[in-house]
Amino acid sequence: MIETLQNLSLGFSVALAPPVLFYAFVGCVIGTLVGVLPGVGPLAGISLLLPATFGLDATNAIVMLAGIYYGAMYGGSTTSILMRIPGEAASVMTCIDGYAMARKGRAGAALAIAASGSFMAGTVSVVALMLMAPPLASFALRFGPPEYVALLLLGLLVLAYMSGGSMLKSLAMAVLGLLLGMIGIDQMSGYFRYAYGVVELGDGIGVVPLAVGLFGLAEVFATAGQETPPKVLTPRLRELLPSRREWRDSVMPIGRGTVLGFLIGIIPGSAHIIASFVSYAVERRLSRHPEEFGQGAVAGVAGPESANNAATSGAFVPMLALGVPSGPIPAVMLAAMMVHGVSPGPLLIKQSPELFWGFIASMYVGNVMLLMLNLPMVGLFVQVLRIPYALLYPAIIMFCILGVYAVNGSVVDVWITLVMGVLGYLLRKLGFETAPIVLGAILAPMIEMALRQSLAMSDGQYAIFFTRPIAATLLGVGAALVLLSLRPWITRRLDWRARVALAEKGDLP
Amino acid sequence: MLTTDRIAGGALALLAVLVLVESSRTLPLGSLRSPGPAFVPAALALTLLIFGVAIVALGARAPRIAAVGWGEARHAVVIIAVCAFAALALDRLGYRLTMLLALLFLVRVVERKGTLVALAFAAGMAFGSYFLFDTFLRVPLPRGPFGI
Repeated sequence: MIETLQNLSLGFSVALAPPVLFYAFVGCVIGTLVGVLPGVGPLAGISLLLPATFGLDATNAIVMLAGIYYGAMYGGSTTSILMRIPGEAASVMTCIDGYAMARKGRAGAALAIAASGSFMAGTVSVVALMLMAPPLASFALRFGPPEYVALLLLGLLVLAYMSGGSMLKSLAMAVLGLLLGMIGIDQMSGYFRYAYGVVELGDGIGVVPLAVGLFGLAEVFATAGQETPPKVLTPRLRELLPSRREWRDSVMPIGRGTVLGFLIGIIPGSAHIIASFVSYAVERRLSRHPEEFGQGAVAGVAGPESANNAATSGAFVPMLALGVPSGPIPAVMLAAMMVHGVSPGPLLIKQSPELFWGFIASMYVGNVMLLMLNLPMVGLFVQVLRIPYALLYPAIIMFCILGVYAVNGSVVDVWITLVMGVLGYLLRKLGFETAPIVLGAILAPMIEMALRQSLAMSDGQYAIFFTRPIAATLLGVGAALVLLSLRPWITRRLDWRARVALAEKGDLP
Repeated sequence: MLTTDRIAGGALALLAVLVLVESSRTLPLGSLRSPGPAFVPAALALTLLIFGVAIVALGARAPRIAAVGWGEARHAVVIIAVCAFAALALDRLGYRLTMLLALLFLVRVVERKGTLVALAFAAGMAFGSYFLFDTFLRVPLPRGPFGI
């Protein structure tokens, strides 16, 4: 414990340095804007701004990108409460009771509860991240190639299971992503695969063009041409204080949302969305007045908002400790760290303690900044929504092209983004999730390399995956998930995954 | 009956077949014990083929393709064309000129805003973002004729 506190003080000495504070602030502001704007989620936001961090040192860059990530989680609640438009997918559940509170004239209180719940959840979950990541990293030092194959396969299976709707369709998308990840030079043999003479494809399809295309451009293609957003309710500063009863009603949901969100965040998948959904369901079940849900229940705002922010920190646990991203957003963060010469994984804490602990400490600082930013300046942030979409989407397209081009200075990346944008648009229209594609493409080279190394170790015997206890356990859990996903077919009842899918589509309960 | 799942499943199966053909044509497959560069892609393509066929087989209850709203499709096609123009022109005309033309077209022609508004917006965004990224953040962006 004393060692952890010493490390944390090292982290604060990094995080409180003026340049780091500045970039954390910039990240929080941009993240909040990204969260407020419908159509620009944290994934596209981080991908687009990655090139802007090239000139920064690794700590400043990572702190700024992390600020965008949790800033977007805060900002997403604002439009949910004031307009019933979720700024990002995780805020879907906040729309229900947050908007109902706003219609009753309690918009300020709903915003304050969402912000303080997010702050509490963010702070507590960073403590948990700080305590969990180092022991997990020590454990991961026992992992060899077979364990990594099993872990990465489990990650994809969990992502497919956790995604709302059909596991078959999610798995198909993950396999499509894995196939896209096969493009480029084979690391073991040096063969060019599926590059067709395009030299730029030698390094494979980059995560930034993939993510920006599937999430940024696809969103613009699907939403451009829509009517101007509805009128925005802007509460005054003095209306922001919740009543004593509202505070009392929010305490327990914030606590439960924090624990649930953090635990769900560690598991691969669309953690924020699932965390907020599960939290809402739990609060409604535990409430003495379940009939208030949907009519402006405080717990319906406090729980989901806390859960989705806690999930943000939870998602960093496997990324920092194992070097394995648990979803598309941590995957882009991982790519960003690699661009800056930092390799997350079991050795990160030992090799770059100032970066690891600086990053942890910056999350505390970021949470305080977001609380100070979000409450008094909420009126300012929602003004962004007054920009006509006819001007907003051309600007988003420009930033998509700029961001993608700037990573490698290559027009090929812009073409890849465009192709991915069209693919993402079509898949969206056909009801397919695109998040597994991104994770699959990122994990593909790691899985293939670990698989072939494992076979080289075992002289071609596949039994190596079943005779090593850790690998066998991980594969066993994966097999159990596949079996679990078949349960609704047998019982012919909607399971919680189907209900998440309905909530995401807007058919809210 | 054509449903969304059947169309998507069919497309995935077709892609899988293409990958299988290409893998066997251009790359060594290796063996089960010692996989070559085509082994994992071929295994993945086979898996995708199975999933694609399963999605087609189970896709009868998915929404019919005609029921999917395509109201924004025309708008989307124009935007895709503008993005393609930007990709083609970026290295030839340079960042500022390409973005100026692309934004001007989108705001003036597609969104039918006034000429002055469109011009001010396009010029402000194109030159402003160039200044922010290239000059201020030192991210090199392409220049076109006359160094613009």
